[in-house]
Amino acid sequence: MTASPASPASLPVTAPPGPAAPLDLLYSETEEGLRAAVRSLLADRCDAAAVLARAESGTPHDPALWHTLAADIGAAGLLVPEKLGGQGASHREAAVVLEELGRAVAPLPYLTSSVLATEILLGCDTPDVAPLLRELAAGRRVCVPAVPLTLAPGAPLPAPVKDAGGGVLTGTVTSVADAAAADVLLVLADTGLYAVPAASAAPTPLVPLDLTRPLARITLDAAAGTRLADPATARAAVAGALLSGAGLLASEQLGIAEWCLTRTVAHVRERHQFNRPVGSFQALKHRLARLWLDVASARAAARAAADALATGSPDAPLTVAVAQAYCSGVAVRAAEECVQLHGGTGMTWEHPAHLYLKRAKADSLALGTAGHHRGLVADFAELPAP
Amino acid sequence: MTVTAEELRTRVRDLLAAHPVDRTASADFLRARFDAGLAWVHYPEGLGGLGAPRSLQAAVDAELAAAGAPDNDPRRIGIGLGMAAPTILAYGTDEQKRRFLRPLWVGEEVWCQLFSEPGAGSDLAALGTRAVLDEQAGEWVVDGQKVWTSSAHTARWAILIARTDPTLPKHRGITYFLCDMHDPGVEVRPLRQITGEAEFNEVFLTGVRIPDAHRLGPVGDGWAVARTTLMNERVSIGGMRIPREGGMIAPVAAAWRGRPELRTHALHQRLLELWVEAEVARLTGERLRQQLVAGQPGPEGSGMKLTFARLNQEISGLEVELLGEEGLLYEDWTMRRPELVDFTGRDAGYRYLRAKGNSIEGGTSEILLNIVAERVLGLPPEPRDDKDLAWKDLAR
Ligand SMILES: Cc1cc2nc3c(=O)[nH]c(=O)nc-3n(C[C@H](O)[C@H](O)[C@H](O)COP(=O)(O)OP(=O)(O)OC[C@H]3O[C@@H](n4cnc5c(N)ncnc54)[C@H](O)[C@@H]3O)c2cc1C
Repeated sequence: MTASPASPASLPVTAPPGPAAPLDLLYSETEEGLRAAVRSLLADRCDAAAVLARAESGTPHDPALWHTLAADIGAAGLLVPEKLGGQGASHREAAVVLEELGRAVAPLPYLTSSVLATEILLGCDTPDVAPLLRELAAGRRVCVPAVPLTLAPGAPLPAPVKDAGGGVLTGTVTSVADAAAADVLLVLADTGLYAVPAASAAPTPLVPLDLTRPLARITLDAAAGTRLADPATARAAVAGALLSGAGLLASEQLGIAEWCLTRTVAHVRERHQFNRPVGSFQALKHRLARLWLDVASARAAARAAADALATGSPDAPLTVAVAQAYCSGVAVRAAEECVQLHGGTGMTWEHPAHLYLKRAKADSLALGTAGHHRGLVADFAELPAP
Repeated sequence: MTVTAEELRTRVRDLLAAHPVDRTASADFLRARFDAGLAWVHYPEGLGGLGAPRSLQAAVDAELAAAGAPDNDPRRIGIGLGMAAPTILAYGTDEQKRRFLRPLWVGEEVWCQLFSEPGAGSDLAALGTRAVLDEQAGEWVVDGQKVWTSSAHTARWAILIARTDPTLPKHRGITYFLCDMHDPGVEVRPLRQITGEAEFNEVFLTGVRIPDAHRLGPVGDGWAVARTTLMNERVSIGGMRIPREGGMIAPVAAAWRGRPELRTHALHQRLLELWVEAEVARLTGERLRQQLVAGQPGPEGSGMKLTFARLNQEISGLEVELLGEEGLLYEDWTMRRPELVDFTGRDAGYRYLRAKGNSIEGGTSEILLNIVAERVLGLPPEPRDDKDLAWKDLAR
């Protein structure tokens, strides 16, 4: 299907109490099959030790692994229509991939290239877009939007990049995720949207809180770009992509939370203190039972967002805002509990818990904080501030 | 051979044709509906059902409601429908099923649950109410005290558990009975509640005689039977379909929209957080329902009661605060004997106070968290040193 590049500025407001559209909140057999393929790939080639080693090496991305996921499994083209060389699947399938990537804190540019950049391109209408989408869908090129990772749906879009005429671009963008892995950057300038070869954009790596999703500052100094859309189309395309990105990020957050819960439960069953498993202490049992409830709820919220995006439901903006307002907090809480209930082990560099905490915390800022999304809920549900 | 949705629709139409809703007394219509197998379609034929998949019930209910058919007021007879019926179906003799299910479903006979005792709440299996068999009469003689019994004042029948062998460990000496609330020796005394009204009761049982034919399940096997009741009690909430902004959040959101003078920034933040959580709870319940229909029930059901208890309490607490000066007032402290718990027809103060019971009734939140931790997450059980001791030797 083709994603509709809806602009949050002009999004339909769901009337309170709004008859909620019927949603399919389960996983289909196809989705479970896709999950199994992604999970086994990551188990083989992206275990915690490998993730840590790559993160320390300063080049977290693993191009060979990316190629297998993107091209062999076909995950990069899930959102791309078949006639453009993609799988013609939907946000539901992409969400399942993100669950697994979150569960593995995989350092792969899926959210940035296969979701955000792909959705932006799908919202553009110039002839240069189709070849680029084909390359993306085939996993031959990585393309990321040159916007700060914190940019949220419904927030004013920045345009710090100036066009000196004919696509000669100058400006700086900070906190661009996965720029290091990108072949092409999508730059939002005052005169529209441009594709810029990453090599001509001088990405300067920043030291990120989340080691598995590297950040860079992009400096364009009269760089040449190919124009993909006029300003109005560009802004609508970016806004639509941010909505999808935020909705699918909830699935990554679900995957993170699930891993943290599962690992913590396993640990407290094994670890003995006071001559019994620490998991037999009721204070911990109740904390973990509550966390399990939160994870089960996060799953419903994340599935709802993915399904609403997949069907292009007018309810999608509200459903996405609800999912983000909820799932961010659950992922962070799960990771924090994971560190705490692992005791000293949880504070060590060797144990993967910190990778999950860093990803969860960074994700809670990405594409809008929970507070920002609650503000959107206030608009959509007509519960205005004083 | 299973009944299809199409056949059910035909049956609904036949029922409506044979008993026009505008010309049939409501009890007559309900009896006819039971006899047509449209009461609970997954029950066996002759017992209110047709052995159809449970998932088809919703469509039947909706179609009958749309036709203006009377309903049996599930809120008034919730204990019978939610707990007594599934237990009788699972453990009852044919005679018991035939005798009790129809009037139960029609609402002619209200049921209550005589489980909790002053000394046995969460630790229900510690109960001390005695039942001794009078072999000559073929009757059990019951003595003891029950407490917090909802609807005992309107109930015609009770599900009752009592100790029949104190020399066995506590779980093994219990037997399950169906108790006639009109029997001599049954005394119901109102227990006034936090809300001012008396919705539950103390029940004193003195020399109550229960015929052996009203025993449910084998002697000494009452705990297994009771577990069926408790399981049904806890899951009955999750499968319900609620609309967006249904439930406790509705009146708060309405007050927020309708009365701008009440708004503050701090309350706004809390309202939005709870609105989001209520919406997520709705989606979680919906997902659970979809899993049930797809025949892959997930363990989420054990969690819904916990979630709703917490949300109801937080939301109703916010509502009282939002109302400001009005929140200082209460509708009516007159001692009353309500027939049902009515969250929607009452004011915010009542909702706030009554919701406190949501984390106690039907198993406390602490007990349910233990159940999730042990059965879902597989964490070690609580240490138990009372398991193998004879009940009579337990410390009390
Ligand atoms: C509104 C309402 C209606 C009710 N209706 C009925 C009815 O119709 N029929 C009926 O039989 N009963 C009824 N009950 C009783 C209800 O089932 C009991 O109150 C409940 O099971 C708790 O038992 P308790 O009151 O003895 O509390 P206790 O068991 O004494 O518990 C006291 C506190 O200790 C905690 N606690 C106890 N054991 C543990 C443990 N192992 N781990 C951690 N914490 C623990 C509890 O969670 C609670 O916070 C009703 C109760 C209410 C509030």
